[in-house]
Amino acid sequence: MSDALSIIAGYLVSWTFFEAALMTLALTLLAMLFGMLLGIIFALIQESRIKTLRGVVLIYLWLFRGTPVLLQIIFVFNVLPVFGIVLSGFVSGVIALSLNQGAYMTEIFRSGLQAVGKQQRIAGSALGMKQSQVMRFVVLPQALRIVVPPTGNQFMGMLKESALVSVIAVQELLLVADQTASANFRYLEALSTAAIYYLALTTIFMVIQTYIERWLAPRKHGAKVSWTQRLLRMTAQPRSSQ
Amino acid sequence: MKDEINSALSFREEASTIDVVPGKSLLSVKHVSKAFDDQWVLDNVSLDVEVGKTQVILGPSGSGKSTLLRCMNLLEPIDAGAIWFSGQEISAQLDRAHLVRRELSMVFQHFELFPHLNALENIMLAPTRIKGMSRVEAREKAMVLLEKVRIADKASLYPDQLSGGQQQRVAIARALAMEPKVMLFDEPTSALDPEMVKEVLDVMTSLSEAGMTSVVVTHEMAFAREAAQRVVFMEQGRIVEDVDKDAFFSGNVGERAQLFMSNML
Ligand SMILES: Nc1ncnc2c1ncn2[C@@H]1O[C@H](COP(=O)(O)OP(=O)(O)O)[C@@H](O)[C@H]1O
Ligand SMILES: [Mg+2]
Repeated sequence: MSDALSIIAGYLVSWTFFEAALMTLALTLLAMLFGMLLGIIFALIQESRIKTLRGVVLIYLWLFRGTPVLLQIIFVFNVLPVFGIVLSGFVSGVIALSLNQGAYMTEIFRSGLQAVGKQQRIAGSALGMKQSQVMRFVVLPQALRIVVPPTGNQFMGMLKESALVSVIAVQELLLVADQTASANFRYLEALSTAAIYYLALTTIFMVIQTYIERWLAPRKHGAKVSWTQRLLRMTAQPRSSQ
Repeated sequence: MKDEINSALSFREEASTIDVVPGKSLLSVKHVSKAFDDQWVLDNVSLDVEVGKTQVILGPSGSGKSTLLRCMNLLEPIDAGAIWFSGQEISAQLDRAHLVRRELSMVFQHFELFPHLNALENIMLAPTRIKGMSRVEAREKAMVLLEKVRIADKASLYPDQLSGGQQQRVAIARALAMEPKVMLFDEPTSALDPEMVKEVLDVMTSLSEAGMTSVVVTHEMAFAREAAQRVVFMEQGRIVEDVDKDAFFSGNVGERAQLFMSNML
């Protein structure tokens, strides 16, 4: 057993696993960044009065929420080259995960925008704000508070979901752990190391989320959500995995 | 932003040459009609609001009072007629509606304070963000307004930490912060517990006494008696009575208004 522990300790500080963890982190952060950008743009489009664009967004949501994310990843990696677009596994992974995440973030941002009532917008207009100013000073600040908790959940979901890009040979945590284990059949050690890295990352995300929530509501002292609740949230299924 | 401020200022300058004339109508509703889904909600409504006067609008629920107020500051488009303010036909320049609304502030039945800002920030938001006033100046003015509505000690509290009456007084201060020429009140005390009605009406009464031009939709007869100069009675989208306060309360009105009054008491 002490044998296993020392091997795990060795893996934990090894460059191979550290690099793999960085890869997982990079996939997560990039996919979430682009996913959130897509989400906010598409949510604003859905709130707008431009019918054709709304239709396009609807089709996008339908496609990316209605098919497995694994299919989307393999599709981007294997089908785009047929049209002459050859992308690395990493880029393909980021694109597929971002597009998938964008669909979920659109829903999250849209419910945030809709949670700010019509009367609040009218109150902003009545003060002499233009539509864009009502959006900026009245709606978005309120919507932001509403979307932080579900967005935090998506971050943690994405961290775990990023393991799926192992199927297109991106050297992230799960694939590296698997490769390491299949070389010496020490599955316990390799997979435990990956698990520890995942747990460390999700815990960091959870703490950051807590601070953002507190920062957005400075007057409310003490966390409204207990650490137990946060842990449960972390272990919940991400909304986008099938 | 710069252009916007300039045009807002020039709007005020153009306006100021006209609105100083006493007894002159500052805000006029001329033969306005408005329909929602094929239903006429305002039917050929005409109304003049004079400088420095307080005009109370009475009428049963659903008679179109809120719609009339929202048409006045161009929050609702009208289907026929015109709205004139400070000698300009504002209903014909909808691209400038946001500038007009800086001159016609509104107070709502449900306060509509911004929940993410405290009382002081609620008041400072529009002056700093859309008028370009410095934060220091805006804060000073906001504090003066909070004194005026007698709630300065609550400046740093958030809306959900204030009672309904306190929220409504902050909302009045927020509306005043834009230094409007007209205040529009839409049933400002209807959502309040009875014991809070007076503190809000007192603020409104002192505003009226100070000469703020006001249009007040209310069911508070005592306020109408005390603060109004003119009283309008609406029913089914029409103005049925538009008379001096004294005439109204001496019973010098038609049968519909009398019936309404007797139901109110
Ligand atoms: N946005 C709207 N859409 C459709 N009908 C409306 C709308 N606003 C008001 N109405 C209708 O217009 C009529 C007048 O409403 P309102 O102006 O709110 O009356 P009041 O303020 O006198 O109670 C009512 O019949 C109401 O149902
Ligand atoms: Mg009403």
